[in-house]
Amino acid sequence: MNSLSRRKFLKITGAVLGTAAALTGTAGMVVKSAKKIDEAKVKGIQKIPTYCDICFWKCGAIAYLKNGKLWKVEGNPIDPLSKGRLCPRGTGGVGAHYDPDRLKSPLIRKSLRGKEEWVEVTWDEAFDYIAEKMNKIKAQYGPESIALFSHGIGGTFFKHTLKAFGTQNISAPSFAQCRGPRDVGFKLTFGEDVSSPERTDIKNAKCIVLIGSHLGENMHNTQVQEFAEAIENGASVIVVDPRYSVAASKAKYYLPIKPGTDLALLLTWMNIIVKENLYDKEFVSRYGFGFEQFTAEISHYTPEWAYVETGIDPELIVKTAHEIARYRPASLIHPGRHATWYGDDTQRSRAIALLNALMGNWGVKGGFYTPVSMDVPSYPYPPYPESKKGKVDNPDNKYPFAHETITNGIREATITGKPYPIKGWFVYATNLIHALPNEEETIKAIQNLDLMVVIDVIPSEIAGWADVVLPESVYLERYDDINVEWFREPFVSLRQPVVDSPHDQKPNWWMAKKLAERLDLQNYYPWNHIEEYIEYRLNAVGYSFEQLKKDGIIPGEKQPIFTEEGALLEFPTPSGKVEFYSLQLAGAGFDPVPKYTKPQEPPPGYFRLLYGRAPVHSFGRTQSNRVLMDMMDENEIWINSDIAHRYGLKSGDYIKLKNIDGIVSNKIKVKATERIRTDCVYMVHGFGHNSKMLKGAYMKGASDAELITQYVIDPLMGGTGMNVNFVTFEVEV
Amino acid sequence: MARFGMVIDTKKCVGCMDCVVACKTENNVPEGFNRDWIVQEVIGKYPDLHMEIRSERCNHCDNPPCVSCCPTGASHVHDLGGVVLVNHKECISCKACLASCPYDARFIHPDGYADKCTLCIHRVEKGMNPACVDVCPTHCMYFGDLDDPNSEVSKLLKSRKHHTNIPAAGTKPQIFYLM
Repeated sequence: MNSLSRRKFLKITGAVLGTAAALTGTAGMVVKSAKKIDEAKVKGIQKIPTYCDICFWKCGAIAYLKNGKLWKVEGNPIDPLSKGRLCPRGTGGVGAHYDPDRLKSPLIRKSLRGKEEWVEVTWDEAFDYIAEKMNKIKAQYGPESIALFSHGIGGTFFKHTLKAFGTQNISAPSFAQCRGPRDVGFKLTFGEDVSSPERTDIKNAKCIVLIGSHLGENMHNTQVQEFAEAIENGASVIVVDPRYSVAASKAKYYLPIKPGTDLALLLTWMNIIVKENLYDKEFVSRYGFGFEQFTAEISHYTPEWAYVETGIDPELIVKTAHEIARYRPASLIHPGRHATWYGDDTQRSRAIALLNALMGNWGVKGGFYTPVSMDVPSYPYPPYPESKKGKVDNPDNKYPFAHETITNGIREATITGKPYPIKGWFVYATNLIHALPNEEETIKAIQNLDLMVVIDVIPSEIAGWADVVLPESVYLERYDDINVEWFREPFVSLRQPVVDSPHDQKPNWWMAKKLAERLDLQNYYPWNHIEEYIEYRLNAVGYSFEQLKKDGIIPGEKQPIFTEEGALLEFPTPSGKVEFYSLQLAGAGFDPVPKYTKPQEPPPGYFRLLYGRAPVHSFGRTQSNRVLMDMMDENEIWINSDIAHRYGLKSGDYIKLKNIDGIVSNKIKVKATERIRTDCVYMVHGFGHNSKMLKGAYMKGASDAELITQYVIDPLMGGTGMNVNFVTFEVEV
Repeated sequence: MARFGMVIDTKKCVGCMDCVVACKTENNVPEGFNRDWIVQEVIGKYPDLHMEIRSERCNHCDNPPCVSCCPTGASHVHDLGGVVLVNHKECISCKACLASCPYDARFIHPDGYADKCTLCIHRVEKGMNPACVDVCPTHCMYFGDLDDPNSEVSKLLKSRKHHTNIPAAGTKPQIFYLM
């Protein structure tokens, strides 16, 4: 994410532009370029570097081939993200290549949408079908009436083709269904968001506060590695979670909070820290804006009041407030990542940002570092056509602080036809049925479409609703754009093919280019093969493609990332300061300082449905990976032991869950446990697939997404709070 | 003589199963089976809980019942480092070793022999660590020579509180857990 201030930062500190970085290479590593593997029957072991795509973290990896066949994937030792150690999903990446459920050839629907009845077609037939429909939509409604939902770096070229076609309705669930509120909350406060990989200096933190963030189960590799390092260094860990997470088991203080009341705790912590003068006065007086109004606004949040809201012992609230302040500035209140919980998420994230500001930890060791990057310009394409209509997702700027496109806004427009109709959906590598709340609305929107194209490696639920399904090569079989990362140190990494695709799968760049050619947009693809595109980008800054193919990573020169090292602090907010009181928010009719509102109580006999991650799966995308399936092939519903006993349930029993709208889940295994409160239940997201083509994962476990019929929209940025659903147990299965 | 063993820091382990996945791909462990696994042991009543997370596998015991009970000699102690191994060709898959192991560390491979953790002897012989040790994102696992007082594993055992699994079984396990 190239935010303005970081670009400026690069200029100030001297960009590495144009300097070919010296490479040390890796001793004893036999690395061969991708082309060599085309030679049949290669004897022995080959090692080919690439970067992972099992999640979006983009860890540098080395794929091992044994006699030409994919054997295993390890971390690339010179990769700053993985440091030579992949997470379990990345290690299980081989299973993505061998997955027998993969899409094999292009498909065109032959009966009703969602029936999953297909005709296998050639690529030419598929592109002809799509291009004809696109041109019809363009003629009747305009090019803006086609939208793209995308996830990950693989979406780069489809975005390009569709922008060239004339639409800007390009979105990703990673904003409005995930990190959006967090990024907006931090941007409103510091003028910058925490981006991805998060700019958190976990390894140097002396106190780490995790609020619902379950590092260790959530396996964002660098974050987990640094968390373990901090634990080894004796960091004080404070975990706030309704569930005794893995991270909680590492904590000095575990706060068993009532779901939905985090903001009450945060405001109270801040009030204690301000009243007792425990905050960083120098930082606040130098960089803070509106601190007096802020302190007045939070002055009534006492530990005794917070006890009633959160259920946390007032003494524990005071003790942990002192603990957090004791270690400042190396006290890090982690911003989390998946933040779309209750609909007031931007304000909660803002409170997290403000508590960090009180610690004076922005740009400081043990707090938030200033990410750096190489300055590799993008490919010089012709300008995209300008749209007269603007984007469809946020009419009249209803959600004034949405700085990315709102997926559910596009869905809404597709249903209502307002502000203008959306008639075509492209869906790249995101299973919207599991990613968006309220499946019924998604299906309703799909019924209004004249064209629905899904590009993916596996037959996800959303593929089942498509008119055309395009089978993509998995990451181990394709090039993608180079990754120019914003991180602790600048580097460029390469994804390159390691093995051939087993069937008629194709890389996304090839599909997006072929489609552009069908649409008479070939001038937007001045290159014939992605290798030319990558080489052009690298040569523009004096790097060698051959070197990158050999090593997988080109490291840049280290630059200062902390103020202690000479990095400059700047806050691109309207005031140019850290906004304790936000005039922007006040001006738009929102609370300038976060205010607490009570969450809705579960109806009698119902439990709040919470969901999260398992370390061995990514979203709903890995459940048919046979290696990862052997680690975890179904999810469980975590129920407090006492509640389970009351319902006559024990671990291993199967039940169904019913939500307040009467939706009943697939059967799910009970985990009766002490590790969760009595007012909520928990399951890992991504299971309960009902796509018939996804044989390995079919009907294993239950889908939380199916039960998330209710959602609360964050009025600041349009994100969907999804922890607002209540379920009861259907014991007869 | 070297005596190989492992020391695993339960304070750092997050139970992510990377060790299990790495073992599976390194050793081509067949679908449906794993040579190592994760245990999460919880004690207490919510919210006053304690949890120990352990990556478990064959303990390569000093007094291995699986070796003494084996009728063919397939289960044996390797010359190098006291590692307990199975000679596939000599194994008649009688399952005596499966029954004798207090840790349930063995299974019958679909190809018809008792299978389990080898401490990645094929890597160790080349001077490398077992795959599970090298993959761990938390760096919670240590492999080395327990007979060498200067090895990292020996030093860790000297400086940190630790335990083995089911010591009462008398098998003298060589996998140690730091507490």
